Amino acid sequence: MPAVQETVDQVRRIDVDQYKYGFVTPIDSEKAPKGLSEETVRFISAKKNEPEWMLNWRLDAYRRWLTMREPKWAKVEYGPIDYQDIYYYAAPKRAPASLDEIDPEILRTYEKLGIPLREREALLGIQKPADGDAEGMDEERAENGGGYGRVAVDAVFDSVSVATTFKTELAKAGVLFMPISEAIQQHPQLVKKYLGSVVPISDNFFATLNSAVFSDGSFVYVPPGVRCPMELSTYFRINERNTGQFERTLIIADKGSYVSYLEGCTAPVRDENQLHAAVVELIALDDAEIKYSTIQNWYPGDAQGRGGVYNFVTKRGDCRGKNAKISWTQLETGSAITWKYPSCILRGDNSRGEFYSIAISNGHQQVDSGTKMLHLGKNTTSRIISKGIAAGHSNNTYRGLVTAHRRATGARNFTNCDSLLIGDKCGAHTVPYIEAKNSSTVFEHEATTSKISEDMLFYCMQRGLSEEEAVALVVNGFVKDVLQQLPMEFAVEAQKLISISLEGSVG
Amino acid sequence: MKTAAEAALAQTFSQARDRLPGSGAIAAQREAAFDVFAKAGLPHRRVEEWKYTDLRALMREAKPLAAPPDAAAKARAKTAAAMLGDLEARRLVFVDGVFVPELSDIAKIEAGLRVGSLADALCAGDSALTAHLGKLAPTGDVAVALNTALMGDGAVIYAAPGATIERPLHLVFVSSEKPVATFTRSVMVVEPGARVMLIESYEGPAGSDYQVNAAIELFVGDGAHVDYVKTIGEGAEAMHVSTLAAAIGAKARFNSFTFTAGGAVVRNQLYLRFDGEDTVAGIRGATLVRGRQHADTTLMATHIARGCQSREMFKAVLDDEAHSVFQGRIVVRQGAQKTDAKMMTQALLLSERAEADNKPELEIFADDVQCGHGATAGALDDELKFYLMARGIPAAEAESLLIQAFLGEAIEGIEDAGLREALIESVAAWLKARGQKPV
Repeated sequence: MPAVQETVDQVRRIDVDQYKYGFVTPIDSEKAPKGLSEETVRFISAKKNEPEWMLNWRLDAYRRWLTMREPKWAKVEYGPIDYQDIYYYAAPKRAPASLDEIDPEILRTYEKLGIPLREREALLGIQKPADGDAEGMDEERAENGGGYGRVAVDAVFDSVSVATTFKTELAKAGVLFMPISEAIQQHPQLVKKYLGSVVPISDNFFATLNSAVFSDGSFVYVPPGVRCPMELSTYFRINERNTGQFERTLIIADKGSYVSYLEGCTAPVRDENQLHAAVVELIALDDAEIKYSTIQNWYPGDAQGRGGVYNFVTKRGDCRGKNAKISWTQLETGSAITWKYPSCILRGDNSRGEFYSIAISNGHQQVDSGTKMLHLGKNTTSRIISKGIAAGHSNNTYRGLVTAHRRATGARNFTNCDSLLIGDKCGAHTVPYIEAKNSSTVFEHEATTSKISEDMLFYCMQRGLSEEEAVALVVNGFVKDVLQQLPMEFAVEAQKLISISLEGSVG
Repeated sequence: MKTAAEAALAQTFSQARDRLPGSGAIAAQREAAFDVFAKAGLPHRRVEEWKYTDLRALMREAKPLAAPPDAAAKARAKTAAAMLGDLEARRLVFVDGVFVPELSDIAKIEAGLRVGSLADALCAGDSALTAHLGKLAPTGDVAVALNTALMGDGAVIYAAPGATIERPLHLVFVSSEKPVATFTRSVMVVEPGARVMLIESYEGPAGSDYQVNAAIELFVGDGAHVDYVKTIGEGAEAMHVSTLAAAIGAKARFNSFTFTAGGAVVRNQLYLRFDGEDTVAGIRGATLVRGRQHADTTLMATHIARGCQSREMFKAVLDDEAHSVFQGRIVVRQGAQKTDAKMMTQALLLSERAEADNKPELEIFADDVQCGHGATAGALDDELKFYLMARGIPAAEAESLLIQAFLGEAIEGIEDAGLREALIESVAAWLKARGQKPV
């Protein structure tokens, strides 16, 4: 079945030439000399005033990176990246001492992006996106009391964190939320213990590069038994030309705690490709839960496929304790190339991993994304729901691994991945790897089309809906399931997509 | 050339290249194919298509090429494929990879059918053969490249347009006790509107670690109807790598079934191409492995023409420390609108230490298609077993019933009743052997 018109229109609205976040902020910035060398690594470390152990950690990573080769197995194609033609560090020159001192240009940038940095205004709910593109959202907000709700934001501008809101209030609850560069100074024992413990220094080419040159990112620690009182979020913005962004996020949920974290990303329209190689590490101890949501909207390149961000990201969560839970939700609409597999290591007994994803590709975008569920503990469960929509000349691949270790008795997985093609110039692919290494695992992998049809369609059609309406209704409900995993406060892009229907899906 | 096996293969080729059948273009084809191997070496786990079957690690040595079979070997081959004896098929027997006319049933060949040996055709420079040889087998595949470089003999079969070949054709490949390597290549051309059933069976003694590399190129014309069955009952220490490469025309019917029970290391490769519109195909298989057996089925079904329907179903039953692999890829090219393809792979793990790896892939470039895939892995359903036991059926028997039911779904897709029965019996024999194992 081909896609219905409604879906086509919806996807067109977020086509590459409709990119709304492509402006440049005119601001003076300080950059490291171009290129990558031991000096660059030392420069970044010195800029951050880092202790000796951190510098050594970076240098170790850099030396390993020199011996590694770029991975080639993903279904993406791009020319060689010149790692010496990139600025590895760029920071606004006027470093703010407090929220009130932030460069007004930067404040305006975040205002334009719809991200409230002034706590007072955010609390009052008077902040609005300046470009007024999300009319539907405004009504939605009005109904919700006009609020973004209370979201603590860490704003990362190129290589540095420019502001972190609600720090005091979070501190009252004992929650540490700060740029990772600050955490290295203030809580070295926590950083030392957990940094690189989920994604080791030599994990893969891009993660190792990140370990050497990461500049900023967020650090979260939620103490035992604490339910984080508000949503935490980081907004990543690339602004400078020829820079790479290498952020590093580390989230630790101690025993019995809960935290929900969101990230958003945008970048200006530029002809060249920009590299974004992030590492995100999540650690959930006994009975803890981490919910991590991403709205990825990096610049996707223009209609001819020029420019755009290379999004080569390593995200991994470790359910280190029993009954721990980690859930990844992602809505991917941006980037020229996406190479990203948010994963869960289900180490603790009875731990649970979830992955919900909607990936929409347009223009000449290439997406190779999915997840890995590594069942190591007993009675661990995982769930994967992935929806891919390909349009234009794009290629959209789901690649996922589910594996149960020999001792992971009682492991269970359910995977459901669907994709939809709009037009005959694009491609949608599914590459699941399912490895069962003991007999008590129960793994199921399937396509929705076979699952939703028959009974549900009959039920709807019996009540007077046409077949197409019935399919739209059923599948739409299914997509909403994924979107509802996203916290409401941050869902501008998500709202635009919520009415996308997926009929005509291929498994 | 890093491993001993790779070096031995190179040596084998350099010693045999001058006495292998065929000259001129064929010899050039062999050289080109060997170059592919020489550049790539044996495939290993970093080669995506061989991720789960690391041939470099599994193939410690390369056996010498088999010599023509002696009288003793031929005598033992007489009783081969007894299980399929009731099919009244026309048997073409190959011992250690060499065609043995005196064991084969080549009298009274019906009109519209031609059968012969590949070695003869290569030596004679048969132009009908050279027009087809190497046209379907993927040149980049190292297993196929080795086959092309070293092919010795095989069957050449031709079915004329519109001919209905009543008796099934049965290629019986028997290995003798010698630890040798055989490379067979068969070519079968089924012209438009013809109807043929082809069976390939492989067997050999349990105590020999012989190596088999077999390939068949199969041309299915428009409106033709081909049923193809392969049974792998190799000896317990044998290594078996085989490839089916088929191109299927328009409005044709094509069914294939791969049954794997024997061999220490087995790799089945199926490369299918749907070239013509509105063809219906059923691609199925069953694997039963135990001990430390390793069985890999790798399927690539490419839809090029529009409107074809394909159903892929592969089941595996694993006991002890056995390892099964299924890699299936359905490719739907840009022009293949209205394709309807569904792939299902299921693994039943009977033992704690068994391992089943499944990789069902879809690669879709057309927007008006119905494609799906499913995969499951798990143990026998305890509740079903309890239900049967509650009705007085002993545990072992209940398990056997459930396993038979599990495999039945795939085996029932075989159209020929006799063949279906023969395979059901093979499953029963496998289960019986399992039942006799001390618990």
